[in-house]
Amino acid sequence: MAYGFGGKVLFLDRSDINTDEIIPARYLTEISKEALAPYLLEDLKLEGFDPKRDLEGVKVIVTRENFGCGSSREHAVWALEVNGITTVIAAGFARIFRQNMFNCGLLAITLAPELIDDLFREFSAGEALATIDLAKSEVTIRGGEKEKTVPFELGPFERTLVEAGGWVEYADAHY
Amino acid sequence: MGKTVAEKIFDAHLVEEPYEGVHVLSLDRVFCHEITTPIAINDLVARGKDRVFDPARIKAVIDHVTPAKDSKTAIQGKILREWSRRHGIEFFDIGRNGVCHALFPERGFVRPGFTVIMGDSHTCTHGAFGAFAAGVGTTDLEVGILKGVCAFKRPRTIKVEITGRLKPGVFAKDVILSIIHRLGVNGATDRIIEFAGPVVEDFSMESRMTLCNMAVEAGATSGICYPDMVTVEYLWPFIEDEYPNKEAALEDFGRWRPDEDAEYEEVIVHDVSDLEPLVTYGYKPDLVKPVREMEGTRVDQVYIGSCTNGRIEDLRIAAQILKGKKIADHVRGIVSPASPGAYAQAFKEGLLEIFMEAGFCVTNPTCGACLGMSNGVLAPGEVCASTTNRNFNGRMGKGGMVHLMSPATAAATAIAGYITNSPLFREG
Repeated sequence: MAYGFGGKVLFLDRSDINTDEIIPARYLTEISKEALAPYLLEDLKLEGFDPKRDLEGVKVIVTRENFGCGSSREHAVWALEVNGITTVIAAGFARIFRQNMFNCGLLAITLAPELIDDLFREFSAGEALATIDLAKSEVTIRGGEKEKTVPFELGPFERTLVEAGGWVEYADAHY
Repeated sequence: MGKTVAEKIFDAHLVEEPYEGVHVLSLDRVFCHEITTPIAINDLVARGKDRVFDPARIKAVIDHVTPAKDSKTAIQGKILREWSRRHGIEFFDIGRNGVCHALFPERGFVRPGFTVIMGDSHTCTHGAFGAFAAGVGTTDLEVGILKGVCAFKRPRTIKVEITGRLKPGVFAKDVILSIIHRLGVNGATDRIIEFAGPVVEDFSMESRMTLCNMAVEAGATSGICYPDMVTVEYLWPFIEDEYPNKEAALEDFGRWRPDEDAEYEEVIVHDVSDLEPLVTYGYKPDLVKPVREMEGTRVDQVYIGSCTNGRIEDLRIAAQILKGKKIADHVRGIVSPASPGAYAQAFKEGLLEIFMEAGFCVTNPTCGACLGMSNGVLAPGEVCASTTNRNFNGRMGKGGMVHLMSPATAAATAIAGYITNSPLFREG
C-alpha cells in the first residue's frame, strides 16, 4: 500500500548523517520495526538538536549531502517509518539507504545542493510544511509568508516501488 | 565498445531491464547474518512466503553478537538457525562461525564473475575475488532469498590504478584509507571501483579483501579486483575438481577481467610510493592523517579484528610487532581473529600466545566491538585504536572515539599507549 507524503518539516543542517546516528547498533537486537521508534536519531551529532523535542510530528526531513551513509541496516529507514517520517529531501543519499527507502515505499528526493541551500535559508528558522505532488513530481514548502515549489526527478522504477508500497510484492509477482 | 568487469557480470546475470538503466540480476550467492536476516524471515513468514529460491546458494552465519549476550540476541540466532534448518541452508553456528566476510571467503563460497548480496554494507569485500558483491537492506535481502534476484542501476565504474612501490610498514589498510581520503565519503556513490595496477597485483587475497572491504566507505556499491593467479591459488582447494590445472582455471577466470577498451567514468592513477601509515581522526573515514601527525594521542583500547583486518595476515603482522613486548598498562588490548581458520592458524603458529603474553584478550571470531554490539564497547570519552572500517560518532559505543589504522600501527599503539608508527615503517 502506498504512503501519503508531506507534512511537518525538520531541517537537519549537516552532511554525511550516517546510519549509526539514525539508529545506533545497540538497538539492532530488536526484531520488530515498532520497537525502534523511541531511538531515532539518538546519536545525531548536531548542535542544539534534541530528538525527543525536535522529532515531534515530523513527516519530512530536509538535509544535505550523503544522507544515510554507512551500514546497510534497513532499521535506519524503519526508524523513520515508525515515527511517521515518509519523505527525506537531501542534496544526496548513500546508495543502500536510498534504495532501502524506495524498497519500503518511502520517498527519497534528491535536489541540487543550491536548492537545498535555498530551502534552509528560507524555511529552516521557523515552522515549515511540505506538500508533495507525486504525479507532478513537485514539492512545495510553506513557512510563514513564504512558499516555494521545486520539481524533483523520480525514475520510473522508483515511482513503481513508491506506488506499489515496496519491492517484495512487486518482485514476487514479477520474477 | 569494451566492457568493465561489472558490465560483464551484469550482462551475464541480467534477468530483465524493466526500466532504462535498472538491471534486475540473478544472484549466485545470498549471504545472511543474524542482525539483518531475522526480520526478513519474519516478514516472509508473515506474508505467507516462507520460501527460498535455492538453499544451496544461500549461506547463513551468526557473527555480530556471538555467543548471544542476552535474550534478544539469542532470539535472533534462533530465528536464523531454525530457518536455515527448515530450508536446508548451510549454517555456521557457534564453534564454526566467524565474521561473515572472513568466513565465507575462507569456505570458498565466492568465485570470479559471481553476483553476491548480503544485508551488510561490507559485502563489497567479496569483490576481491572478481565478483560483483554488494551490501543491501533487509527488503532487497528478502527478495534475494525469495526470488534470487536483486535490482541495481547500470554500473558506472571508476578505475583506481594503484602504482608505485609501498614502503616497508605500509599496508593495504593505509592504501585504502588514502583512496577514501582522495575520493571523499561520497566520492564513489553509485559507482563501482575497479582496483588495478601493480600494487594490487602484488597483494595477497587478504590485502585485496581489505581494499575492497572499505570501498563502501567512499560510497561505492562495490570494489572489484581482477582475478589472477593469486585468486586461483586461494580458491584452488575448492575448485580443483572443476579444472584440469591452475592454468585452465586462470584462463576461465580471465572472462572476468575488463576489456582493453573498457569505458570508465574516471581513471585515477594513485601512486603510493610516498605513502606513509595513516590514521583517521574525527567521525568520517575520509578524515585521514599520517600517523606521525597524530603521534602521542592517548588511547584506552586497541582492537585488532573485524572484516577489514582480522585475517591471518593481519594477526601475523600484529604479532610480529608484539612479540616479547607488553602493551601499556592503561591500554585494554582486544584481538578477535575474524574466522575459525584464522583463529586455528594463529593458534598453530603461536600467535595467540604472543598476543596473550603481550596483555591482549583473545576473543572468539565476531564483529562485536566494531559496531559497538558486544565484546569491547567503549565508555563515553574513551578512545580506541582500531583496525576496523568505521569511525562514526558512537560507533563503538556512545561517546567513544575510534581511530582507524592498520594492524601494524594498532600493535605499535598498544605497546606505546598512544598512537604511533610501527617499527616496521621505514622512510625512503
